[in-house]
Amino acid sequence: MTQNNMDYTNIPKEKFAFCNDNKELHDKKLDTKPVGYFQDAMMRFARNKSSVTAACIILLLVLFAIFAPILGSTNYTERPTDTMYLQYGKLLPKWSAFEWAGWDGCYDDTVSKNVYLSYKAIEAETGMNPVVEIYKEDYESDNKSAIGTYYDIRVDSYVENGMMFLNLTPDQYEDLQNWQDETGIQVIYPAVDDSKIATNSLKSDANIWYECNQKGAPITKNGKFINIYSTKGNDGDYDSLRIDGDDGSYKYAKVSGDSNAKSYKVRVMKNTYFQYRYGYEAEFIFGTNSLGQDIFTRLGSGARFSFIFAICISVINLLIGAFYGAIEGYYGGVIDLTMERISDILNGVPFIVVTTLFQLHLASKVGPIPSLLFAFVLTGWIGTASKTRMQFYRYKNQEYVLAARTLGASDFRIMFKHIFPNAIGTLITGSVLVIPSVIFSEGNLTYLGIVNLDSSTMTSVGSMLSKGQPFLTTHPHIILFPAIFISLLMISFNLFGNGLRDAFNPSLRGTED
Amino acid sequence: MNMLKYVLKRIALMFFVLFVILTMCFILVKLLPVTDAAQFGKDMNLILQRREALGYNKPLLEQLFIFFQRSILGGDWGVSEALYRGQDVWAVFTSKLPATIMVNIYSMLFSVPTGLLLGIYAALKKNKWQDHLISTLVVVFISVPSYVYAFLVQYLLCFKLDLFPLQMNSGTDYFSLSMFLSVVPAVLSLAFGSIAGLARYVRAELSEVLTSDFMLLARTKGLTRSQATIRHALRNSMVPVFPMILGEFVAILSGSLIIEKIFGVPGVGQLYVNSITALDYNFFMLLSAFYTLVGLTAGIVVDISYGFIDPRIRMGER
Repeated sequence: MTQNNMDYTNIPKEKFAFCNDNKELHDKKLDTKPVGYFQDAMMRFARNKSSVTAACIILLLVLFAIFAPILGSTNYTERPTDTMYLQYGKLLPKWSAFEWAGWDGCYDDTVSKNVYLSYKAIEAETGMNPVVEIYKEDYESDNKSAIGTYYDIRVDSYVENGMMFLNLTPDQYEDLQNWQDETGIQVIYPAVDDSKIATNSLKSDANIWYECNQKGAPITKNGKFINIYSTKGNDGDYDSLRIDGDDGSYKYAKVSGDSNAKSYKVRVMKNTYFQYRYGYEAEFIFGTNSLGQDIFTRLGSGARFSFIFAICISVINLLIGAFYGAIEGYYGGVIDLTMERISDILNGVPFIVVTTLFQLHLASKVGPIPSLLFAFVLTGWIGTASKTRMQFYRYKNQEYVLAARTLGASDFRIMFKHIFPNAIGTLITGSVLVIPSVIFSEGNLTYLGIVNLDSSTMTSVGSMLSKGQPFLTTHPHIILFPAIFISLLMISFNLFGNGLRDAFNPSLRGTED
Repeated sequence: MNMLKYVLKRIALMFFVLFVILTMCFILVKLLPVTDAAQFGKDMNLILQRREALGYNKPLLEQLFIFFQRSILGGDWGVSEALYRGQDVWAVFTSKLPATIMVNIYSMLFSVPTGLLLGIYAALKKNKWQDHLISTLVVVFISVPSYVYAFLVQYLLCFKLDLFPLQMNSGTDYFSLSMFLSVVPAVLSLAFGSIAGLARYVRAELSEVLTSDFMLLARTKGLTRSQATIRHALRNSMVPVFPMILGEFVAILSGSLIIEKIFGVPGVGQLYVNSITALDYNFFMLLSAFYTLVGLTAGIVVDISYGFIDPRIRMGER
């Protein structure tokens, strides 16, 4: 053994030769295409029918979140300074294309005689009948606690909404009259002579145009209402549509103010005024909430917010958790022990305590949304970190890692180029499942009133649920659509996540066939 | 011996974690502005004096020391300032506990047997229609948030069918019939989720055990299918299931914030939510400590019970 033989670094080029240079190779070329890890996972995912269905539903919900606020955007939903929407609260879902399926904005109700007569009054005055159908008429209740005459009827919530008073400028008054002439739709109804209403509190009720007793119940003659329309005074020369039975003596407005700034107080029907003001007939696919905001667009924008928020948290948690877990798992020993204790302590703090403290401390400085985000991130990454750590413990002592280290790869390269890809499958599944859990917790927190994300311009699904809960028994539609949305979302995300988990788990490979 | 050492170590660690968390909470709470004493009107001077006497104006670390000495060791958690003005926080807290515990115990009594039975049935009928039906229902009930079926229960059972009152009774006659009826909606809403969770878990465990080799041995030595299932498969599948149930039993103290709020259960959860909205810091500290303690204890009980139930598992072993 001479010294020369040990010198591997300086072997002259000529000494190298191909070993199988002129022999025929008997290897067959592969006929099938090579299948990578992700391709394989996707193929196995596609075979899982329930997960694919779930993925489609998620896609639909995402599309809803993207397009619903755009499609539903009208000059009603986009009102910069207009608070007129307060007049259109609690309208029921109505979609003219599906009216035959009961999607007609009507509801069944049992009403007392006085309420029934007030509906009749709307019909007598406007010709539009809030009572769509009468199931049972004029019967005595057996219930001891509610003696009286009752009606079982079906009510149109859009017509039932009735009348309101409006103060118009001369220009607006003129414009409204022109619109009436053009379309032939009556908006303004005669002013009421309120000296004939005995009770003061009823004078502000725009729906009363007939003689009534102290409780507002009409006094009828031969089954007809006795009108108390105002016939005296100035109405600024109203020359537009007049109601039936008007001989031209009814006044349609009450004028106040001097000649420079005249103001016309008129009585308008809410339903037809909507048509005048917003340019289309009132029709809300999902109805309106207690304040009169359109549930369709609000649910869309709430869903949009929830999705974006959840995806942000999922990504941040993935980044922090992967990095933290990688360091823990790769270096081990004292570093691992210390870092584990830190995450232990963070994990021990109840989430609700964290959120509360963040809301109390940070919300006034950075706003409720960033502070909620911090709260989710503070403890959210721990799951990801422990998953990454487990994978690192499994793989860091394998031969290929040793080989990489022998070839001189840096710690960072070994961690993220060689070991980390092994953890990607579980991490992706984990971060997908973070999305529904964030939406769920956000719903919980807003529902409990710890976080408030509700305002006139934005909302979240959880706030819609909590705002609708007081009206659960009277107007269940307010809560129905957000509840359906969040249930569908959770079910399909869970199925989707299960499918992903199975697809990314190589040990299940071949078991489905 | 090894086991005892492990248990002691876990308990010591628990107290350390509790200490750190409480310190964090205390400091963060103390950094918040104190409720303006002026709103108390004629009691203003009294409250200012009491705050002075309790050391509200001392440095933060000194206050922390006082807090640990007086509240944690002495058991005096102070007096409520906003929610139950002037009442002892600890007394109010203990008066709220029974309602929470009652609702949760009813829910466990209902959900544990149902969940176990459904899970066992699904595992025995694996891949038949019964199994598919149960599994589908399980996915639905696990996924749908509990408040959604709380709304459903409240709307259908309480309002439409008028079987139960909308809200729970507020009295203290915990064993009367009317109280029981008023608790049912809350119990149902709590139970659906845990029935589904338990059924899924039991099904997965049992169907794995049923296919293992020792079941084949049990059948070959002459046991009937039911004998083998009850004596061998069930007992083995309960190893991971039982600690889970035990953990839930510890967690019954904490209750569910949402369900308590929806059904007006006069319990601890509602107290916590109210203390947050009313900014009553003494309540907040007590309940934070309580929730943290319950959470940590549940974790330890689960871990330790593994070792007792299955002697093959030695916790803390290297």
